[in-house]
Amino acid sequence: MSCLLLFTLMLSHSTYASSISKTNITDNGSKQQVSTKQTQLEKIIPQLRVKNFKKKIASIKQLAEIDDPQTIVILEALLNSKLYYQKSDKKVVIINKKNNQYETFSTLNNNAIAVVKKKTLKKITTNNKLRKTIRALLAKKKILNSNLDVRQSALKEILTANDTSLLPVLKQAQKQETDESQQDLLKLAIALIEVHSNNSETRQSAVKRLGNSLYPVAKGKLTKILETDEHGQYIEQDKAVIALAEKAMQQISSKLSLFGNLETLFFGLSLGSVLLLAAIGLSITFGVMGVINMAHGELIMLGAYTTYLVQQLMPNDIGLSLIVAIPAAFIVSGLFGVAIERGVIRHLYGRPLETLLATFGISLLLQQMVRTLISAQNVPVITPSWLSGSLVLNPAFALTYNRIYIFFFALFVFAMLMLILKKTSLGLQVRAVAQNRGMATAMGIKTQWVDSLTFGLGSGVAGVAGVALSQLTNVGPNLGQAYIIDSFMVVVFGGVENLWGTLVAAMTLGITNKFLEPWAGAVMAKIIVLISLIIFIQKRPNGLFPQKGRASGGH
Amino acid sequence: MSALSQVRYKVRDALRRDRTFNHTIIESDSYLQGTHSIHPNELDVSHGPVLYLEDISVSFDGFQALNNLSLYIDDGELRCIIGPNGAGKTTMMDVITGKTRPDSGQVFFGQTMDLSQMAEHDIATAGIGRKFQKPTIFPEHSVWENLELAMKTDKGVWHSLFTVLSAEQKDRIEEVIEIIGLQALYFSKADLLSHGQKQWLEIGMLLMQDPRVLLVDEPVAGMTHQEMDRTAELLTSLAGKHSVVVVEHDMDFVRSIANQVTVLHEGSVLAEGTMEEVQNNQKVIEVYLGE
Amino acid sequence: MDSFHKKAVPQEAINMLLNYLFPHFMHKDTGGKWLISLLIAITLLVVIFNFFIPESSALHIPTYMVTLLGKYLCLALLAIALDLVWGYCGILSLGHGAFFALGGYAMGMYLMRQIGDRGVYGNAELPDFMVFLNWHELPWYWQGFEYFSFTALMIILVPGLLAYVFGWMTFRSRVTGVYLSIMTQALTYALLLAFFRNEMGLGGNNGLTDFKDILGFSLQADSTRIVLFTLSALALISGYIASRFIVQSKLGKTVVAIRDAELRTRFIGYKVEDYKLWIFVFSAMLAGIAGALYVPQVGIINPGEFSPLNSIELAIWVAIGGRGTLFGAVIGALLVNYAKTYFTGALPEFWLFALGTLFIVSTLYLPQGIVGLFSQFKNKQQKQSAKHGALQEETT
Repeated sequence: MSCLLLFTLMLSHSTYASSISKTNITDNGSKQQVSTKQTQLEKIIPQLRVKNFKKKIASIKQLAEIDDPQTIVILEALLNSKLYYQKSDKKVVIINKKNNQYETFSTLNNNAIAVVKKKTLKKITTNNKLRKTIRALLAKKKILNSNLDVRQSALKEILTANDTSLLPVLKQAQKQETDESQQDLLKLAIALIEVHSNNSETRQSAVKRLGNSLYPVAKGKLTKILETDEHGQYIEQDKAVIALAEKAMQQISSKLSLFGNLETLFFGLSLGSVLLLAAIGLSITFGVMGVINMAHGELIMLGAYTTYLVQQLMPNDIGLSLIVAIPAAFIVSGLFGVAIERGVIRHLYGRPLETLLATFGISLLLQQMVRTLISAQNVPVITPSWLSGSLVLNPAFALTYNRIYIFFFALFVFAMLMLILKKTSLGLQVRAVAQNRGMATAMGIKTQWVDSLTFGLGSGVAGVAGVALSQLTNVGPNLGQAYIIDSFMVVVFGGVENLWGTLVAAMTLGITNKFLEPWAGAVMAKIIVLISLIIFIQKRPNGLFPQKGRASGGH
Repeated sequence: MSALSQVRYKVRDALRRDRTFNHTIIESDSYLQGTHSIHPNELDVSHGPVLYLEDISVSFDGFQALNNLSLYIDDGELRCIIGPNGAGKTTMMDVITGKTRPDSGQVFFGQTMDLSQMAEHDIATAGIGRKFQKPTIFPEHSVWENLELAMKTDKGVWHSLFTVLSAEQKDRIEEVIEIIGLQALYFSKADLLSHGQKQWLEIGMLLMQDPRVLLVDEPVAGMTHQEMDRTAELLTSLAGKHSVVVVEHDMDFVRSIANQVTVLHEGSVLAEGTMEEVQNNQKVIEVYLGE
Repeated sequence: MDSFHKKAVPQEAINMLLNYLFPHFMHKDTGGKWLISLLIAITLLVVIFNFFIPESSALHIPTYMVTLLGKYLCLALLAIALDLVWGYCGILSLGHGAFFALGGYAMGMYLMRQIGDRGVYGNAELPDFMVFLNWHELPWYWQGFEYFSFTALMIILVPGLLAYVFGWMTFRSRVTGVYLSIMTQALTYALLLAFFRNEMGLGGNNGLTDFKDILGFSLQADSTRIVLFTLSALALISGYIASRFIVQSKLGKTVVAIRDAELRTRFIGYKVEDYKLWIFVFSAMLAGIAGALYVPQVGIINPGEFSPLNSIELAIWVAIGGRGTLFGAVIGALLVNYAKTYFTGALPEFWLFALGTLFIVSTLYLPQGIVGLFSQFKNKQQKQSAKHGALQEETT
């Protein structure tokens, strides 16, 4: 007997030492190991058939002790009501239901056995307590698993389980854990449990640790500790714990509000970047030509639809589709813009109010065109994988990738436009025409060309804005209408033809809107912004950064 | 002067430090005695000048249009303002009529009316009328209606709603139409008039306003010699009861009407005097003819 | 007498007759006199052919058509209101629909109170939608609307007040042109958003509807509809006459002067802000009245009336008809709305295309509108006849 034991020990040791080489010894050894475990399994599994739940729990606990991945399989099967035993030979099997047939699998090695009818099988039943125990046991096992994903999902369950028996396992896991965020979670889990210990000092330190965590469960636990009865007295007796808990609560609350504000700021900047993209084209055309283009929203919409069409054309390269869509949308909307300028706006030169009405007619036409040619319903635009998901900085603060990208994209577009306007000769001509049309013509600048190109540029940028918008919102024929009034507001607020003004105005409006929202609701926030702008315009009729020497009201 | 009056004067002086006219008011006896009464809404020309411009400076975007300009128009005089382009003549008129506010300096109508604090329409009703460089009339209204609108009367909203032209007023309009020579065109749309006729119409509107001060900006641009003579006659006849300030480039015209001429250059007064004095002024010659 | 003079006599006779019927300030307004005469004639005809001729007859005008015409007339009054500020004063208000809607809501509130306990929830104090929202008390701003006199006052006051405040702020700051138009759009958009909210206590996105009667008369009864139609016609005619009076008065001339040469007007001594404000407020009140007569005829008022699109469409009616003429605005409103009813029934897809094209065509090719086309044609004719007359004189 002792020889056998010694031999087993030697073998298991050598198995461990020579894990790389696959020698007969190893095979033998693992085979031996397996057979030992198998024996154990074979002994315990039939015990699961008993009706008595207490005994079942005991057997399960024993089962869990065995260090074999198969036990996880069996326990999960039991948890999911997939553990049955055959009436004929009382053999315990795992089943998989397929149509009306039952496929059976061996509990020892997962090999398929047969396909049988339900009549031949009897279910091994569970109750709530049993399931709870199984879960805890499974979690225990998984928490030490080599696979990080398994450990993470196990820990998530444990956090809500509140099972004090898990404490030693958790501590062990924490010592072994290599991944940082998993470490933090383990510490949290430990703290959550230790909070209930009998030792006041342990409790106090646990409470302190809870204060450092931004996870909602920590706050929840602290709230529970600080519960008051109907007289307003704390239920908790330990004064030191109460004091620390209050401090921890404050700590968490202030951090949460800080991150809340940061998140609002982020959303505000994101909205601002969208407004910037939408409005900057309008600012340029209004600045150079004194024309408010009511079809600007539809040019944005066309850009969004271009994205949709590009995705239809390259369904297998969604990741690439956006990169292609940006120049495509620029060209599409740009061409429409040039067509509008040459066809309509040119003939209404000097009559800004009529231009407003005419371009409004164009916007109606464009909307109806899209409704007829494509669809009256919204069209789906897919977000490519590199744009989806978010950057999680901490449990209270996550930034979605699409908004981050759009923010930088907007700044990039802004920079490009600045570059074009300040450094290129086209830009120079555009600025000249904007400041003094007559003089520019006299100097030989082809103002008609400049007009068309400017309008094309502004419209092209609107198209690009549409590409960005397609990632944030639903794409439908009414997309333009939602952004046209906001674009006007940005242009009017920021001062005309001044790109910096547009930037500042867009960001300010975006941030203000988002900060008002939690306080007043989305709709009220918008109303307040609109009314404030109307009032603001009375004080500074030319906007934040006005063009010098120009009366408000266009040219 | 009693001690109390002295104190009162000093206090008033301190409070109006930026509104004292060194060369006229302080020396006046009534001021020193503290007996001079001030009616802020009434034109007060008891001291002579009807228009004061003191140290007016206006700059647009870095360009100095008016540079410490000081100018005084006496009640009833006919003054011509000449000067090269960009000298600030039109800007000066803008400041007087309230179209532009000075960056610094004071502009007063009479003793009491601070033009820099008044709205354009109030300046007009107070008695300053202006004819613009480019004829600015009401294109869609007839000649008659243009004159009717300019007429000196209550210009409030409710009054305008219910008023009907009295016989007297009709006579006045006819009178002016004769003066400006547009009898044949009573009911023609003002838009259809020639450039010269528009000039006359605008002069007519100015007459209808019956202002104390007429600011006339280049009245004879585009006129024939005959018309110029008529204009000269008209403006000269107006002087005395009215004060007339004429900005012009045409030297013959200026010579024919002017007693006093002011030359503006680069936003301030270069020279003042009769036409001969000014024409022989070395500085003026340099500016007009170059070095 | 040559043929030209022969033609002139009957025209002169009719003119003399009309001048006898109309006040003196209308005498030069040929278009207006003809329009009003036509309106009176049509109203009489419609009343006769609906009320007095039995349904079985082919000549009977069905009641729904009477209501439809009444609707058109209200919209024509709204068009006059816009023509006053835009055609005559140069203020392109793209938010006039808001004043119309406010008048409509005032009337709507009165009609809601008139329902009493005949609503679905049978609550005499609270309208159905409030019961649905679990409100227990009528909000303070609903007080008074059970009286028609108070309502009538509100119909004029509320739009007028809004116009006063907005106009005072805007005109004082010398905001004009496109900027001003955008501000009016923002205004009506903000109101749209606000009225959509249930918390406003004005029906939320469903608005106010299910009206039962007005001043005791059932809204479904034919006789009430006829009366409402007639009232709309009367309102239109009175509104027209009042506007014509204003426009030919010195105030009107000043307002036109402001449109054409604002600076000049200022420098002649007119306080431009006051004039703009006056005409803006008057126009808003007129629009409110139009809205108030509109609502009992269509049976509903909802926040959609505040939609920026409505106000822009309104501008096109005036542009198509001919702005700055008053009767042009009426013609434009009637024509475009008739076309809209026809097309949205027959070819709905086509309507938006047509409307968009209408915008473009009217601004590019019809700056004076239909009325302008007509007067151009008349001018040509007159020139022809004058030539003809001159030739004749030469030969004789």
